[in-house]
Amino acid sequence: MTTQLSLRSAAELRLSVEDFLYHEAALLDAWQLDAWVELFIADARYEVPSTDRPHGGPADALMLISDTRSMISARVKRLNSRKAHREFPWSRTRRLITNVRVRCVSEAGGEELEVKANFAIYRSRRQLNVYVGEYTYRLVVSGDTFKIRFRRAELDQETLNDHGTLSIVL
Amino acid sequence: MSYTSEKLIDDRQNGVFRVHRSLMTSPEVYMDEQRRIFDHCWLYVGHESEIEKPGDYVRRTVAGRPLIFLRDSGGEVRVFYNTCTHRGATLCREDSGNTRVFQCFYHAWSFDNTGRLLVTPGAEGYSSGFRKADYNLRGPARVDGYRGLYFVNFDRDAPDLVDYLGAATEYLDLVFDQACDGMRVVDGSHLYSVGSNWKLMVENSMDGYHAPTVHATYIDFVKDSGGGQRGNALNTGGGLDLGNGHAVMESLAAWARPIAYWEPFFGDDARADIEAILDDLIARHGEERARRMAGTFRNLLIFPNLIINDVAAITIRRIEPLAADRHRLEAWALAPKEEVSGSARLQRRLDSFLTFLGPGGFASPDDVEALESCQEGFRADEPEWSDISRGMSTAPNPQDEIQIRTFWRAYVSMLDTGKFAERVTSLEAPATAAMEAAS
Repeated sequence: MTTQLSLRSAAELRLSVEDFLYHEAALLDAWQLDAWVELFIADARYEVPSTDRPHGGPADALMLISDTRSMISARVKRLNSRKAHREFPWSRTRRLITNVRVRCVSEAGGEELEVKANFAIYRSRRQLNVYVGEYTYRLVVSGDTFKIRFRRAELDQETLNDHGTLSIVL
Repeated sequence: MSYTSEKLIDDRQNGVFRVHRSLMTSPEVYMDEQRRIFDHCWLYVGHESEIEKPGDYVRRTVAGRPLIFLRDSGGEVRVFYNTCTHRGATLCREDSGNTRVFQCFYHAWSFDNTGRLLVTPGAEGYSSGFRKADYNLRGPARVDGYRGLYFVNFDRDAPDLVDYLGAATEYLDLVFDQACDGMRVVDGSHLYSVGSNWKLMVENSMDGYHAPTVHATYIDFVKDSGGGQRGNALNTGGGLDLGNGHAVMESLAAWARPIAYWEPFFGDDARADIEAILDDLIARHGEERARRMAGTFRNLLIFPNLIINDVAAITIRRIEPLAADRHRLEAWALAPKEEVSGSARLQRRLDSFLTFLGPGGFASPDDVEALESCQEGFRADEPEWSDISRGMSTAPNPQDEIQIRTFWRAYVSMLDTGKFAERVTSLEAPATAAMEAAS
């Protein structure tokens, strides 16, 4: 696995990460959440810090979302239900992902990628709202693609006063 | 116009209770309630733990007024209007921080954190009639706290806070006594909004009737995680009129609580620790009170716009009306100080909080949806009335609405007379019997 990463050029690596992020974004925009949840490894986490503590972590701050893998699955099950009223019918979303930066980091279990990217997510339902911010991913190599160990979306918005809620996956 | 006779039908004899929907849509009503309710009631501004050290401050907007909530260098809690006494510029331009001096960025007038004007650059330009003492910072007429919860009142002649809170203090104590060493607000806030009248959020925050439908997916989640062991919990307890518009809904805990009700959601590893918390509560408060603190849900309204929900975790929720059809929410997590950062106990509390509560939770977004759909429905202009009569003349039931009627009676009474309506507990008996039977 280590060799596989090191042998690729930085540009190739970034392209393959971008492909992965675009694939993930397409799944989310198409509400193919059952396929999306398969992108995570078993002990993965997904988190969104509170808008007034964008650098806060779940050990000492109130987050907006702090999901273990089982909570990610529960979130998906809920969003697939007709009784998740805020998302029934589903809103339309369109994700723009840019400024992708990739760094190899060594972990006990081998090499991982730390990925930063900018996002703008448009959500349309009754009104149009935009969620803007930065992603941080930790990706592990899995065959010729990746799996998500950690996924964090930090919002630039100071409040959710324009949005009301955060009912979609960022 | 009399709100009591024209906008509310409260027929206790026949069990009819209706609220006129113009109370949720009319800009004139919005202006009346700002002037007649929000200018005279005690309004929550913040918790003392948010300004723990001398010089700490946070900005708040309460009833539309920009405020600085701070602890001065001598340790006293104060609230000032966040406006320079010179020409009005916003004095404090960061949401939180620590300072001894607030310097206005417009003309550099400076004030210490007791509000005293210190410096007016170019002082020689002012005549002898100019007295610095006339330009000290101003603030709400009254500031007072209970169990660390600080409130402001813009009415100098308002009753004292503790008298205003009245019987609600018993329920605040049930929350705050859970901590050995006081409560604190956890870092980070949920700041969001709803496109509905603010009173719909008051209703929703203590409405048991909507839970099985609006929160069907949450109840499924509880079941999926092996919880909901007390299957009948949501059918226990009931609402109570606490006087002065304050009201509470209490039931047996229907899912996990960090203090101190274990369910599988917390994991087997946590079980012994949660039982230790319960043992400690029993040692401090006795069996009966400890079990009530640990094993029941409390949804408490402090009239008019403060909600303290002691459910999957404890949240302080402040409702700020913005217009007839829009309000803003600020919500915080309250935790015992002994649950320090990084501890397993705080982690459980915050994880439990986020399952249900907040803009990204599994339940609150659906409440927002319900409220906005009501507001949209009101545009139909008819029917003109909403029904809130459940339980007026039947045997007490936990899905009754006495706690919501309590709010509305106080609301129209304040709009008309500036005084609170009488308590109706004697007419509408609380449904505690069902909870006692189930426990």
